[in-house]
Amino acid sequence: MTSPLEQKKIRITGPSMVTANRTWDGVVIYRTSKHGWSADLSDAAIVRTSDEARALLTESIADDVGAIGAYIAPVEIKEAGEIRPGNLREHIRSEGVTIDLPVPA
Amino acid sequence: MPLVKHGKVTTDTFVHVADDAEIPGDGAILISAARFLEDAEGLSGRVGRTGVIWPNNRDVDDLVRYLGRLAVVALVFPTFRDGRAYSQARLLRERHGFKGELRATGQVLRDQFVFMLRAGFDAFEVKKDSDAEAFATTVKHYSVFYQPTGDGRITALHRRMQLRHSESAGQ
Amino acid sequence: MYAYDELDRTLINERVSEFRDQVKRRLSGELTEDEFKMLRLQNGVYLQLHAYMFRVAIPYGTLSSEQLRRLAHVARRYDRGYGHFTTRQNIQFNWIKLAELPDALADLAEVGIHAMQTSGNNTRNVTSDQWAGVAPGEIEDPRIWSELLRQYTTLHPEFSFLPRKFKFAITASEHDRAAIKVHDIGLRLHRNAAGETGFEVLVGGGLGRTPFIGKTIKPFVHGHDLLSYVESILRVYNQYGRRDNIYKARIKILVHELGIEKFAQEVEEEWLQMRDSALAIDGSVIEDLRSRFSYPAYEKLPHMPDELKKAAHDPHFEAWRKNSVFPHKVPGYAIVTLSLKPVGGPPGDATADQMDAIADLADKYSFGEIRVGHEQNLALPHVARRDLPVLWKALDKIGVATPNVNLVSDIIACPGLDYCSLANARSIPIAQELTRRFANHETANLIGRLHINISGCINACGHHHVGHIGILGVEKNGEEFYQITIGGRADEKAEVGTLIGPAVPYAEVADVIEDIVEAYLALRARPDELFIDTVKRLGVEPFRERVYATR
Repeated sequence: MTSPLEQKKIRITGPSMVTANRTWDGVVIYRTSKHGWSADLSDAAIVRTSDEARALLTESIADDVGAIGAYIAPVEIKEAGEIRPGNLREHIRSEGVTIDLPVPA
Repeated sequence: MPLVKHGKVTTDTFVHVADDAEIPGDGAILISAARFLEDAEGLSGRVGRTGVIWPNNRDVDDLVRYLGRLAVVALVFPTFRDGRAYSQARLLRERHGFKGELRATGQVLRDQFVFMLRAGFDAFEVKKDSDAEAFATTVKHYSVFYQPTGDGRITALHRRMQLRHSESAGQ
Repeated sequence: MYAYDELDRTLINERVSEFRDQVKRRLSGELTEDEFKMLRLQNGVYLQLHAYMFRVAIPYGTLSSEQLRRLAHVARRYDRGYGHFTTRQNIQFNWIKLAELPDALADLAEVGIHAMQTSGNNTRNVTSDQWAGVAPGEIEDPRIWSELLRQYTTLHPEFSFLPRKFKFAITASEHDRAAIKVHDIGLRLHRNAAGETGFEVLVGGGLGRTPFIGKTIKPFVHGHDLLSYVESILRVYNQYGRRDNIYKARIKILVHELGIEKFAQEVEEEWLQMRDSALAIDGSVIEDLRSRFSYPAYEKLPHMPDELKKAAHDPHFEAWRKNSVFPHKVPGYAIVTLSLKPVGGPPGDATADQMDAIADLADKYSFGEIRVGHEQNLALPHVARRDLPVLWKALDKIGVATPNVNLVSDIIACPGLDYCSLANARSIPIAQELTRRFANHETANLIGRLHINISGCINACGHHHVGHIGILGVEKNGEEFYQITIGGRADEKAEVGTLIGPAVPYAEVADVIEDIVEAYLALRARPDELFIDTVKRLGVEPFRERVYATR
């Protein structure tokens, strides 16, 4: 969970995706394979090599108006191809806080 | 890069002369601090106005004795987040009484215009055309100031004292 | 309470309108994120894990009931119905949308609340003792000087782009409730031998990656020299603070690298050239500020009113009174702490409904005033002792009367990995579990005063370094681990805690804390020897043995 925000060398060790926050409202978003963003993790483009990751990140960062703080994050690919968050930080970003909110949603 | 002076975009009459280029006999020039200090006496006496680009990591004390002969001191904001030139500007204006043009260079954006004016800058090499054009309206954003600087604007504290005195005087 | 006048309000409104324009230019693409980020930080807007976080300033921890209601409104209208009170007396909202921020700021501006400089490399909220103005034994109300400093540091043209953030704290009491020794500038208001009012000035305190206890740079700065002296410190820091490495950019590093003597010399040289400038504070300026602070028209009330005598028969009321009610400088009155640390709850949070209810109670029982403490609790500073029983019933109903103030379950915690993008590990669930383990009030009272501080990363927003027990979240191989320290304190005897051993995994933290507490109960010299004093007396070793014997 070390902050990935200072990623300098891009080197991935497994399937990964690019995630960011939407500029106007801060919502968590994932870079899709169609040069866009989705708030749904299942739409995330999966990269498997460091070169692919670098390319996806570069294209994501170029969208400075739509998204901020883009970085590469690990995913877990389940049996049926389901994409799941690859660490606790991404789990929290995708599912929400691990505690009960003081006011029920 | 547009130069803003007296609240609007103007032509820059000063020419930036690179360290390895020849210094013209007359005309208005801006040269680096290193170059100026190599021959400060000689350059201060040249025909034509001379200006110095002073780096933000060097004490302005080293420049003080030449201030009377300089038309321009240009200070540097390598990024707008590096605020050292604000201190340099205030020292030059308020402590050392520099009366020439105090120019802001580097990453100069509209969101810092008011701070720069308050610190004593009166000329701005503005990064974006749109910012330069918005100068006059941008500087009207604020009418209340809490701290005294050399810019002569009355502080809120003193305005209150004035109001109090005029109130009690009126009684 | 300080009353904002037209000038103060105009400034806030001008700031809101400037930010509205900046947001517009950001969303249109005219401003890049690189150009915008520092601007939004200067208005308290962070990007966190799920959303933006909005940090609103509560200058020196003082709020009017009207202001608290407006915070509740912001929580409802723009967020998810709750807010979090921080270790710097501010409030944070966790789900705000950038596009709606200008409107939220405009709503807040109507009641004199702003978010200026609650983030960014500038001077932050000037914090003080949450009992300022009402604590017995205070030489004068430090908030007057806090307000003077607040104005001086707000939108200061020279110091808005410092090497790093800069935090002030002021105390006027012998017992330091403002943690001045771990601030960039700490100010202790006192009188010298000649009876003049002035400040001991400490510099270079701070937590985070490299914790330092502040050092005295000048034992006495006269009140009228305060601003010129502060300006000298800031100017030296602005020019010489490191800008090459954000982890070495605070003033504490500059003081450490130069040494306090050399640093003091640099400041003195600068100060001598400006001490009699426009920054010299005229007595009339202080009097004018003082006149803008309104104080309640206290009645002459008995120390032991009938209402209190009757209520003494109720053990629940008594438990709360003994724990959460503190002496007031005016006879017949009391300072009441509202615990925001319910069993099983996230520390320091309040719902919009709670905020509204507390605002109503403040109107009824506290002359419309509320305080925010850096230990993430609230206080009602002007309660008549005869009103304590009826107030308690009302507080209990809204869930802010847990009698655990200053006890083991009165935990200070940062938001941690549940919210914060800087975090390595979660802190809130740890705090929640600990409140459950120590829910029994008798046990908690048996243990006595014990401050647990939890930070989810080395930035130390939970102040773990200065907790009696400090818990720091770290990451090991993708798992959450926690380092435990003991013996820290944040008051006038401030000290950084000592690590007791290797980090322990998430699931074991509560057990470890229980072991530490058990060790203390076994080792203390007398029932009234506090945990912190037992640690001081015996050192870390006996605790380390106990905890790591089976791990």
